[in-house]
This record gives sequence, C-alpha cells and structure tokens, in this order.
Amino acid sequence: MSAEIGHFALIVAAILALGQSVFPMAGAARRHGALMSLGNTLATGQFVFVLIAFGALTWAFVTSDFSVANVVQNSHSGKPLLYKITGVWGNHEGSMVLWCLILSLFGACVAWFGGNVAPGLRARVIAVQGLIGLAFLAFILLTSNPFDRVNPMPPDGRGLNPILQDPGLAFHPPLLYLGYVGFSVTFSFAIAALLEGRVDAAWGRWVRPWALAAWSFLTLGIGLGSWWAYYELGWGGFWFWDPVENASFMPWLVGTALLHSAIVAEKRDALKSWSILLAILTFSLSLLGTFLVRSGVLTSVHTFATDPERGLFILAILAVTVGGALLLYAWRAPTLKGGGLFRPISREGALILNNLLMTVAALTVLFGTLYPLVVDTFGLGKISVGPPYFNATFLPLMAPMILAMGIAPFLPWKRADLIGVLDRLKLIAGVAIALAAAVVFIEDRHSFAAALGLGLAAWLIGAAGWETAGRIRLFHAPPGESLRRASAMPRSAWGMTIAHAAAGVVVAGITVSGVWQTEVIRTMKPGDRADLAGYTIGFAGVREVTVGNYRARRGHFIVSEGGVAVDALWPEKRLYLPQRVPTTEAAIRTTLFSDLYVVLGDPDGKGGHAVRLYHNPLVPWIWIGAVLMFLGGMISLTDRRHRVGAPRRSARPASPRPSEA
Amino acid sequence: MGSPRLLYLAPLAVFAIVAAAAAYYLSSGRDPRLLPSALIDKPAPEFTAQGLSVAGKPLARGFSSAFFENRITVLNFFASWCAPCLVEHPQITALSKVRGVTLVGINYKNKPDEAAAWLARHGNPYARIGVDPTGDLAPEFGLYGVPETFLIGPRGRIRLKHVGPITVPVLKDKFLPAIQALKQ
Amino acid sequence: MRRRAVLPILLLALIFSSGSPPFRAQAIEPGEALKDAGLEERARDIGRQLRCLVCQNQSIDDSDAPLARDLRRLVRKRLVAGDTDREAIAYIHTRYGDFVLLRPPVDERTWLLWFGPAAALFVALLFLLWRLRRSRAAPPVEALSAESAARADALLREGGDER
Repeated sequence: MSAEIGHFALIVAAILALGQSVFPMAGAARRHGALMSLGNTLATGQFVFVLIAFGALTWAFVTSDFSVANVVQNSHSGKPLLYKITGVWGNHEGSMVLWCLILSLFGACVAWFGGNVAPGLRARVIAVQGLIGLAFLAFILLTSNPFDRVNPMPPDGRGLNPILQDPGLAFHPPLLYLGYVGFSVTFSFAIAALLEGRVDAAWGRWVRPWALAAWSFLTLGIGLGSWWAYYELGWGGFWFWDPVENASFMPWLVGTALLHSAIVAEKRDALKSWSILLAILTFSLSLLGTFLVRSGVLTSVHTFATDPERGLFILAILAVTVGGALLLYAWRAPTLKGGGLFRPISREGALILNNLLMTVAALTVLFGTLYPLVVDTFGLGKISVGPPYFNATFLPLMAPMILAMGIAPFLPWKRADLIGVLDRLKLIAGVAIALAAAVVFIEDRHSFAAALGLGLAAWLIGAAGWETAGRIRLFHAPPGESLRRASAMPRSAWGMTIAHAAAGVVVAGITVSGVWQTEVIRTMKPGDRADLAGYTIGFAGVREVTVGNYRARRGHFIVSEGGVAVDALWPEKRLYLPQRVPTTEAAIRTTLFSDLYVVLGDPDGKGGHAVRLYHNPLVPWIWIGAVLMFLGGMISLTDRRHRVGAPRRSARPASPRPSEA
Repeated sequence: MGSPRLLYLAPLAVFAIVAAAAAYYLSSGRDPRLLPSALIDKPAPEFTAQGLSVAGKPLARGFSSAFFENRITVLNFFASWCAPCLVEHPQITALSKVRGVTLVGINYKNKPDEAAAWLARHGNPYARIGVDPTGDLAPEFGLYGVPETFLIGPRGRIRLKHVGPITVPVLKDKFLPAIQALKQ
Repeated sequence: MRRRAVLPILLLALIFSSGSPPFRAQAIEPGEALKDAGLEERARDIGRQLRCLVCQNQSIDDSDAPLARDLRRLVRKRLVAGDTDREAIAYIHTRYGDFVLLRPPVDERTWLLWFGPAAALFVALLFLLWRLRRSRAAPPVEALSAESAARADALLREGGDER
C-alpha cells in the first residue's frame, strides 16, 4: 500500500504546487492579503505531502518491498539498515524525490520564517518556489516514478551499487541538495523582485541569509564529496575536475559572488541588477548540474542510468526556468535604479573584484566542462579537458583573489586609503613573503607553485587574524577589554573572518599535500618493512574475512615511529556479494598535520602483495578548512541582523562600519 | 543606470545558444561514448610480431609492417578471453574469404595454448598470426581494447578502423564498400 | 531514437566489460617505476597529462585499467629511448588523437576555450573602467539615500511586527 500512498501524495503535492504558484502571485498583483497568505499554507502543504511520499519510499526500502521496481533495482534484503535508507536517494528516481523534498522544505521555510519580508515580495517568492516545485514534481510523475510496481515480485533485490555503501557518499547528496536547492530561494527572490520592478537595500538584506545558508551547505557537500573521493578511490587524489564535481563547483563559485554582491546591494544600494543576475545564474548552474548528471550527456562516475527522454525533459525545465528568468531580466533589469558611485579602492571596490574573479573562475570551469560536448556537437572531433587546463586557467585567478581577500576586510566603505591599509599589514606581508622565500630556498621541485600557495595561505590566515586582533585591540588593551570587544563583535564579522581564514587553511592543505606527497609502491611479503616519512610500516599479513554483504582480503600493517608501534592499519579489498563488485578500501592514519594512507593491492602469486603507501602532509586541512567555512557561514547566519523573522531593535541601520560583512 | 539595454539581453542570448546546442546534441542520437580514431589515412606503425607458437611449436607465421606492402590487408586484434571476439568470429571468417583481401591477426595478451585451443575450436581464418603477449604492440596502433580491426591499403596506409565486434551491418556497410573502393 | 542510442552503448559496455584481460592491475604497480628517479618523475608528470581512454575522467597515472598500464609502460619506453617530454606526448597523441590529451591543443577549435575567460575578464575590466570614468564625471550621489534606507527599515519593521 505504501507505494500507492506515496504516488498519491506526489500527485497531491503537484496540485498544491500548482495552487502555490497561482494564488499568491494573483494576490500580490491585486494586493489581496488572503490570497497572498494562502501561499504560505499551500507551501506548507506541498512540503507535508512530499514528505509523505518520501516517507513512503523510505518505508518501501526499509521493509524491502520488492514489489516496487525501484527497490528491486537498488536494494537488497541483506543490506545494513543504514544503506537501505540511504539507498532511497542512491538512484535517479529517489534522489529526485529528495530534491523535491528539500525544494518544498525551502519554500515552506520562506512561509514559516519569512515574516520580516514585505508581504507582496514574499508572496511572489513563494509562488516562484511553487512553480519550480511543480516542474520537478511533474518531471518525477511523468518520467521517473519511483513507485512503479513490478509483477511478478522477485525474491530479492539487485542491491545498491557498493560504491554508494559508504557513510561519506550516503550523506553527500542531501547536503549537496541543501546547497543546490537552497539557491532556489535566492532565485525566487530575484524573480519576485523583477516582477515587482523594485530592488532596494532591504532586498539585499532579505536575500543574504538564504544565500548564506545555501552556500554553507554546498560548501560542506562539496567538501564531503571530495573527502569521499580521497579515501575511497584508493590513491589519495581529492579533486579531479570531473564534470560532475564541476557541476557542483560552478554554483558554489557564483553563489560566493552572490553572497558578496548582496552585501554591496544592502549596504550601498549598488550592484543591484548584477546581484539579481547572479542569483539567477547560481540556481541556473544548479539546474545545469542536475541536467548534466541525469541526461547522460556526460559520462562520469556519478551519472545515473542515462536516458535521453529524461534529459530532454530536464532541458525543457532548464529552458523555461532559466530562459524565462533571463528574459524577465532583460526586460525589467534596465529599469532598476542603481546608486552607481563607487571608487575602486574601497570595500565595495574589493567586493566587485571578488565578483569579477569568481565569475570568471566559474566561466573557466563552465568552458572546461562543456567544451568537449560543444566540439563533439559540431563534429570537430573529440577532445578532453582535464586538470592541466584547469590548473592553467583557474588557479591564476585565485592568486589575486586571495591577495584581495586579505586586504578587503580592512577597507572601509566608499573610499579607502590603500597605502595606510598596506602599512597596517606589512608584518603579515613580511611573514608571508619570508615563508615563500624559504620554500624557494629549500625546495627545488615545483618550488614556484609551493612558494606561491604557502605564501598566499599564510597571508590570508595572517590577515584575517590580524584584522580581528586589531579590532578587539588584542595586547593593546587589558585582556578584559579585548574579551568584551570580542564578544561585542557582530557574529557576521566573526563568520567572515573564520570563513576567510578557512580558505587559507584549504589553500595550505592543497599546496602542501600536492607538493610534498611521498609514496612507496612495492611488493611486500608478510614481515617486510617499508620506511616512509619518518614512519616504519611493517606488513603483518593478509586474512580473508566475511562481513555482512561483502567478502574481503584484509591486510594488517603496523605503523611505528622511532621503533615504537603507534598504530595498526587494516586496508581491504572488498567483493560485494549480490553484484560481485570489487572495491578498494584504503586505511588511513590521520593526524592534524598529515595522513598515512595505505592501500592493499593484488597478490603476486609468490606470497607477496602489491602495496601502495602514501604520506600526505597537511591533507586533513583541506576538509578542516571546508568545515570551518561551513561553521563561518553558520555563525554569520546566527547574527542578529540575519536572524530571519526577528524584529529589528534599532530603528536605523548603524552607518556601515568597516568589516561589517 | 544608463548601461546599454542590449547588455541586459546578453545573458539570454548566450543561454539561448547553449540551450539550442544542447537540444541538438541530445536529439542527434549521438552516442557520447563513441571513440574517435586518429590513425586513419596514416601509414601503419612499424613493427615486427613473432608468430603464434605453442611450447616451441610454431602454429602460424608472424609478420611485420612490411607485409602490408602491395596487398589489401585486414588486421584483427583478438584474444581467446574476449567474448565479443567470438561474436565477430563469423564475420572475420567471412572477411578472410573476400577475394583480394588478406586477413591477419594479432593475438593480444593471451596465453598461446589458450589461443591455440580457441582457434582449433572455432576455426582459424587468419593467414598469419602475430603475438602481442605483453600489450606492447597494441598502443602503437592506438588500441582501446579487443576486438579491434583495421583495413590497410596496398601502400601500408590505414584506411579504416573499427572498435568493437564487427557485426553483419558493420561488415556490409563499412568494410566491404571500403574494400571495393581500395580495389579500384 | 532511444533504441538507436541504447544499442551501441550496450555493445560498448560489452566490449569494455569483457574486452580487457581477466586480471586486474593497480594504478602504478610495483616494478613499473623506472630506476632513474628523474626519468620516473618525468614519466609521472606525463602520465598525469594523458587520459585513460577507456576510463571516465581519469589520467593514465590514476587508473588501474590495463590500457592505462600499457600506456604508462609506453611512456617510460619512449623516455628511456631518449624522447623529450614533448616528443613522448606527441608519440601517443599521433596514435590516439586529441582525445588522449588532458590539456587540449591550442588551435582554432579551442581558442574560445583557452582565451574566452581571459577575454571576458578583460572586457569586464574595461566596462568597469568606463563606468568609473562616467560616474566620476557625474556629480556624486549619496548611494544609500535617506529615503531608501528609511523605506528599508520601515519594511523590515513592518514585517517583524507582523509576527
């Protein structure tokens, strides 16, 4: 029965979404209060019914209801409960339901927490959310119904792709969708503002928390995906410029630009039509990601079963949503009044530079991702665009970006004294340059990249710390005074400082692990030892084990440092039984400053085993940085002025102070 | 604001172009996994392949790139462990019977006794069989995997390359016309 | 249209599932590396620039596919024979075509790819400069006008009180 309930709930949700897109829109046009607030009820209703559908699908997976085709294809009765649940979104149909669930959740959140938004704008936002929801619910119902039955019912399912049976990958999609779909709200705000024909400082303020929340989740989702790739793919790489990685990275880049331009829109009443465009583009790129993954246009480790019909449907959604939005933009944006004045050396000047570099960076990623398709479409042959292209085009944009990130928080609005700011930063600059020089001196290989990366990381972390220290008058005032100033500092300022410093942490992790990775690749027999980066790794042997739904050859390695055993590592080669799919599970000893990464290979038939040992210095900083960025975003979100729904206490915004970002 | 109105149309224009290209791509039915070939109309690479022999007993003569001179050759990479090779075996055999065509094979990463047993069981259509036990020769021909088949013209130039099993339509629509064209 | 697209995919899936030898290899296997550390370093760098053609977005240096392994050995053979990095890459390029290069060649097809973003950055900078000059010529306006700020606050207050 649960499948029918789920299917029915989806249909009801689609009908509610239709109402949600019509009534509040009409209400806003006629200034009809009851019609407008009907949107809130419908948004809540849509969420409830998608939740019922999602619950029904989850129930079918948990109880292994093999009369449902989707469960047969993606689950197995012998699977751990956790992966029965995560199997719900480990396939195309189920992940679309999750997509719609999160979409309707965000719509409902606008209804629940959007009390401080002007009623007309809020009604239009909810209507646009309803329209997007309707498109995707129709997509599910017409092309990808997760509740299709099979007859006769098979005795057991085919099992979930073993690669997806992993905690990291299990929670990667929900987080990613919270980010992707979160940007639907900023998109809806942009469309609503264009429909109203009015964008003002308040618009910037209303959009910022939504952009911040979506951005934070997207950051965490991307970080989790890259961490998964790192430990699962078996050789220590963490970012491959894979088209689907790029698909999540592009909205992140443009979303970062939006986050910053919305500040200018709020504080200076400028960059308004540009912010609107960024809000449209961010969600468009999220949709593009969905299209690329599901249409089979790109073949990648992430692609679900490819189907051109679904591809055309999503393309149609994309064309209507994005095309319609851009058409509206071309029509209405020129009428938006902007306060144009800015000087290049000022807070807003630095934020514009951020926008420029982030957007062009997104453009390089977009070109690199789509170009092979374009070349192929026009019959000009097949080309590949891989990491060497992105390293050559993307990374050079990041260097000026990071330089500016260090300076920008010191710049006041309107007009700044660059020389004065640089003078305040000369100590940090000196440290960064000295570090870079030291790297050039000690390292002959890739020394330029290493020096630049480490110098920039030190600059960014140092400048962020220096800015905070200056603001709380650390060591220049009694400790109690500093503490008082620290706690009085706006949460959004803390959030910015933490996120900026976190970017420096990520840069340090990428640079150091890339340049100073060391490895030993050899055949080892039980009893053999290998030396790597100050560790001695002894190979104790291999044992066959059967655990749950897989069989494995499990290696046993003993790690010692200075003759003392400090750890035991157990890398595995698994064979998942229902599908007989092999996977490689690396064993990792992680400390704050490095990873020891051990991979067991195949036996050579003479008692030896191929073994690959890597020492990856500072690689944990990449994910520590990503988590810090997320926390920075969350801390900023708790700022009183961002707290959605909270009534404002002060009557007039304090005149914008520097660093109030 | 005073920026030219056209500027605001630019994003829409760019998007329209991209969307049109994507729709064209999707509806063209083009298979994104089809692989390109680079060696067409280029001379076959120079090599010498030892003949297939089992336990010191020669089973077939080997050949080198000089063999391609003055004859039309079909060169087929195969192995006994390769299931699609069996699928295309009747078509390969048919090719060996086409007048004016010499069929030669390269046995790829295969144990000689297994290859010999496979040929004994399914028939040996090859005039000569060279071996590539280590996979050193394959990349010279830009090989992706087995089976893969090349049509080589009388001046040693590669005229046609097919990745995957030669099905009956491939034989009729691709190889036989190309062979006809070479004969003239 | 669907049937037409599905058939070749099935066939290719068949080739690449069964069309590789029945033993699995690891990415960079023991004994594969060259004794000469400098030469091996070059081989690894080259390997990262070549696509494993039967894989999905992996370089031959990352992949455990047999073809990737063969290509790694070929690269090392060419380097030992005295090829420069460029020659070794060109050797594989002539045999496998543009598809094998992870760094696409710069030619008329890829001008937009290589120079498009830089051109966009340049145009955007020019545009900003132009706007800057124009806004300097015009008398400065207080950006967040008192009226606009008051309206923003009124709206925010109004919304807040509603709850």
